[in-house]
Amino acid sequence: MTALIDLPAEEPALQAPKSKKKTGGSLGKYLAIRFVLIFPTIFILVTMVFFLMRLTGDPITAALGGRLPADQLAIRIHEAGYDRPLFIQYFEYLGQIATGNFGRTISDNLLISDMLATYGSATLELAINSLVVALLIGIPLGMLAAYKRDKWQDAIARVLAIAFYATPVFFAGLILKLIFSIWLGWFPVAGRGTTSTEIFMAQLESPSGIYWLDALRSGNMNAFWDVVQHSILPATALGLLTAGIFLRLVRTNMIGTLSRDYVEAGRSRGVSEFRLITKHAYKPALIPIITVMGLQIALLLGGAVLTETTFEWKGLGFQLAQYLTARDFVAVQGIVVLLAVIVAVTNFIVDVIAALIDPRVRY
Amino acid sequence: MESKKSLFSRLPVISQLKKSMGLQRGMLVTGIVLTLIFLLTAALAPLIAPFGPTQRFDETQAAPSSVHLWGTTAGGYDVLSRTIWGAQTAVFVIVIAVALSIFIGVILGLLSGYLGGWLDRILVVVADAIYAFPTLLLAMVMSIALTQGSSDMWAGIFAAAISITVVFIPQYFRVIRAETIRLKAEPFVESAIVVGASTVRIMARHIFKNATRTLPLIFTLNASEAILTLAGLGFLGFGIEPSSAAEWGYDLNHAQSDATAGIWWTGVFPGAAIVMTVLGLTLLGESMNDLNDPRLRGRKKTKKNAAKKQEELVEA
Amino acid sequence: MSRSTENAAKVNAAVAGVPGGEKSPRSALQIADLKVTFATDQGDVLAVKDVSFTVAPGEIVAIVGESGSGKTVTAKAILGLLPETADSSGAVIISGNDVLSVSAQEMRQIRGRDVAMVFQEPSTALNPVHTVGWQIAEGLRAHRPEGKRVGKKEARKLAIEALAKVGIPEPEKRVDYYPHQFSGGQKQRVVIAAALALNPGLIVADEPTTALDVTVQAEILELLRDLRDRYGTSIVLITHNMGVVADLADRVVVMYQGDVVEKASSKVLFEAPQQDYTKALLAAVPHLGRNSASAGFTERAFQDKEVLVRATDLEIEYPGRLGSPAFKAVDKVSFTISAGEVFGLVGESGSGKTTIGRAIAGLNRTTGGSLNVLGYEMLNYKERTFRPLRKDIGFVFQDPAASFNPYLSIGECVAEPLLIHTDLSGPAVTKRVGELLESVQLPGAYAKRFPHELSGGQRQRASLARGLALSPKLLIADEPTSALDVSVQAKVLELFREIQNELGFAALFISHDLAVVDILAQWVGVLYKGKMVEQGIGNQVMGNPQADYTKRLIASLPVPDPAEQAKRRAAHQALLAAK
Repeated sequence: MTALIDLPAEEPALQAPKSKKKTGGSLGKYLAIRFVLIFPTIFILVTMVFFLMRLTGDPITAALGGRLPADQLAIRIHEAGYDRPLFIQYFEYLGQIATGNFGRTISDNLLISDMLATYGSATLELAINSLVVALLIGIPLGMLAAYKRDKWQDAIARVLAIAFYATPVFFAGLILKLIFSIWLGWFPVAGRGTTSTEIFMAQLESPSGIYWLDALRSGNMNAFWDVVQHSILPATALGLLTAGIFLRLVRTNMIGTLSRDYVEAGRSRGVSEFRLITKHAYKPALIPIITVMGLQIALLLGGAVLTETTFEWKGLGFQLAQYLTARDFVAVQGIVVLLAVIVAVTNFIVDVIAALIDPRVRY
Repeated sequence: MESKKSLFSRLPVISQLKKSMGLQRGMLVTGIVLTLIFLLTAALAPLIAPFGPTQRFDETQAAPSSVHLWGTTAGGYDVLSRTIWGAQTAVFVIVIAVALSIFIGVILGLLSGYLGGWLDRILVVVADAIYAFPTLLLAMVMSIALTQGSSDMWAGIFAAAISITVVFIPQYFRVIRAETIRLKAEPFVESAIVVGASTVRIMARHIFKNATRTLPLIFTLNASEAILTLAGLGFLGFGIEPSSAAEWGYDLNHAQSDATAGIWWTGVFPGAAIVMTVLGLTLLGESMNDLNDPRLRGRKKTKKNAAKKQEELVEA
Repeated sequence: MSRSTENAAKVNAAVAGVPGGEKSPRSALQIADLKVTFATDQGDVLAVKDVSFTVAPGEIVAIVGESGSGKTVTAKAILGLLPETADSSGAVIISGNDVLSVSAQEMRQIRGRDVAMVFQEPSTALNPVHTVGWQIAEGLRAHRPEGKRVGKKEARKLAIEALAKVGIPEPEKRVDYYPHQFSGGQKQRVVIAAALALNPGLIVADEPTTALDVTVQAEILELLRDLRDRYGTSIVLITHNMGVVADLADRVVVMYQGDVVEKASSKVLFEAPQQDYTKALLAAVPHLGRNSASAGFTERAFQDKEVLVRATDLEIEYPGRLGSPAFKAVDKVSFTISAGEVFGLVGESGSGKTTIGRAIAGLNRTTGGSLNVLGYEMLNYKERTFRPLRKDIGFVFQDPAASFNPYLSIGECVAEPLLIHTDLSGPAVTKRVGELLESVQLPGAYAKRFPHELSGGQRQRASLARGLALSPKLLIADEPTSALDVSVQAKVLELFREIQNELGFAALFISHDLAVVDILAQWVGVLYKGKMVEQGIGNQVMGNPQADYTKRLIASLPVPDPAEQAKRRAAHQALLAAK
């Protein structure tokens, strides 16, 4: 939730060479270097999480301690190799990650990779849904607020943005549930679908795991309708939080860009205010906006943990909380590593998009 | 007289209140009022709360009544008292977390930005990695590593505060480092180098104060983030145990199942407390930010301009 | 609408018979009783008090003034570009419309069609993420020249034509370039092309050459004159540079603190200024060839004195980022500075002059050759071993606003070198600070003030006091007066000259302004792209330059005298034609 602090904006043309002559390979070089930078991020997070989790002891004792007799516990610890020096385990773990073998969960004995695939798609669905909500609300309102700066539209948009931000997802979820599920009865309280939909989904061959997509592909409109109904409240709860951030981000950057000389220059040639915002200021403002939006993936994932718990949406976040409570640290590590990869890759993609928009990097 | 006045008007909030107008003044005043209510509630909790934070009653899930104004929870706690005491817990955690992270973040940021070199590179990569990762997840992992089980009030507060600290350090680090690097190229720092001032003298006398100029603002915004993170931790069950202190997030966790049964009072009050507190701190921080940035500061219209508008209306 | 025409009629009546509009009954621009007020935190500020003047078709009128004179506000008012915080009254008539009272919709039509603007900083006036062709076309497509919207193809064709008009080579190809693919001078040409796209009768040019180097400035001035001659475009030229005025303007409006001080034809104004302010302003402008520090010198002064700085084949490279090659800022430069001598280092942006100054002060590392400063070889630079020598080197920075720590008082800043290098007691330091401030003609009481409470010129004096606190053997002054107004610059230069005469320290004086350097330096070096192309006695370099680049540089510098400048311009054209 690192959203409200404006870090000094880095120049969008990150490390692009400033030479005036056309350097053909500069974009390719930039992308290559940016790609390599993905790995330190993942590595550091994996390392941090590994050692933090092991501060509490070995995973077997953590998960099953007290439930198994001491001698059986010792046998299982030995079998899993947790009695060896920590550093050896650490390097072994790094090796496993590199080959994609994460082992099995302790509490329910699933293959970690299967677990990630199953629940990851649920989280992906939630993230997509709420991102749609956030973009649809945040960007137009942000542009409106910048355009109508200091007018009542701006005031309302800004107060909304702060209110969205100030409301924790789980409280927003609780209120939404109270109003729309309990009192009005419009939407279901929790879950991703009714039992019949879940059964239908389980029977599909090679599902994407994103329910509305699967329902659409199979043509089952009842299931699709059911899935949409289940999606609306979680997507709104998480989407509004993110929308508040996006709104503010768009507004600040648009106002900054609108004060630039080239906007004044466009104005001096008779270009209309509307066109100045939608054409002249839009693209330059978009570059920092996209970059910062990339960082909000962290916010979205953090929010997803809370949203999933609130709405019993069985995704990575929901499972993460479960595994943490069960002290199943092998599973927790698997999830955290996946999330680290998602964060790093998303930021990479976002930087690539920003670079492609910016002609100073392209040429 | 002159200096006294300027000293008073240079205090962060006061000077900004003077500069503000219209909507921004409204936002700033709302922020100040909400924040004051929050701080007063926390300070006066022992006086205004009808019951103790961990006092249990036999009536569970009782609707609001004259004895329990805001009702009771499934665990038999008085919602009003829990909500009031929760403010105190939140203040403790914020103060510890933000103070610790500022202290460490500022020192690291100054050193890294001014000295550069390999130390800088390593710190930047580490800070960026942590910064990009969901703060809540990291705080969860930290909190597990720290508590290893149930804890009393102060241990719980410290565990939560330290978990949040680790997450916040990279933010302060990044801000201070960027400022330090910018200041390093400023002529006034170069002129100190040129007259032969030592590195320590330059950092202490010329960079420190200028680089930390924006800290009150970041402090305010981070305080609101700290509350949200604390509540998130509590909601997931990684915060402070309900039997040791009142904490809004934890109460909301238990209220989720109540809500399904239509029992609204257990969730709405602590939730509203979080929203109001975060709203107040964010409004305060945001308005301070806007007023410091001439680009974002609200623009006054000349009186004549306003009059002209009127005139045009009349003519039309 | 009714109000605007009524106003226009009134102004037409008022300015009828005013010289300047005599040929055509309709002027390109008429400004009458313009008054602009800004709302600020400190209450309303009257930025423009009472400005009236006219511009005839095909006429170039310069508005000159120092900062705070209201010249830029006047320019913005002409295009109706004042911010919401401004309130204006009076009349600004362009092609029959009073821009102060027309509706926003009509104003938009007037902009670009009847009047256009050229901005000071071409690199910020162009949108970095759109092609220049798109940006020019945007102005075209905002209008309906013949009652219908300009089509995309048509707009592109017109954009190419506009680029061709301003002398951009290969306009068909360059129309699809992005701004960063052009050089600074070309960017300003593109900005002018965008202004010209719809052939407006009037162009408002706000300091159009201030951000450019002298040689590029000469080209842009030539372009503007050419446009007037070919298309009869009227130009309102906002500038602080008297040389530019003498070069281009037909008539001059002198402004001071929001008021018009004097209006006259360019010739009359420079020959016989009427008002005291104008006289003082003209007197303060450095004029190449007058007041030279080396007047009458035939050989280098101070040759027999101790050599303080000796550069031999000095090279300074900036490392390239991400595998791009290193940039050689200084390339095999050799020179010496002797005790007591003022060495003037001249060059345009990117010539490496500042890099050399900073290297001598140990702010940049040298990468090749040799640089010997006070007996210390900078190639083996270590901050620890160099620090004791720092007491003998003073430095004055370009930007007086940024060179003081905003949290320290002026006294504390000036005292800093004393505290570091001497063991004077507290009262002794205070006394010495007072003496230093008085020596730069600042009251001793200013020691207690904070930097923001001083004006730019006062800060630069204080900066000089700090530079001289330890009576250094060498003072490095990097463009110390380029951020100052002309009249302030004259005073600071005079002060510098007096103090240097009195104390006899050696100085490296770095500037882009040849005339300023000539006033102070006995020996002058000319840098071009990192190479020292020429050095010699000041009056000889300025009066009889040998290197091609120096010739071009000196020829392109406009002097504040229309008659002399006309001759120089002809000579400059001949020089360019000869190449």
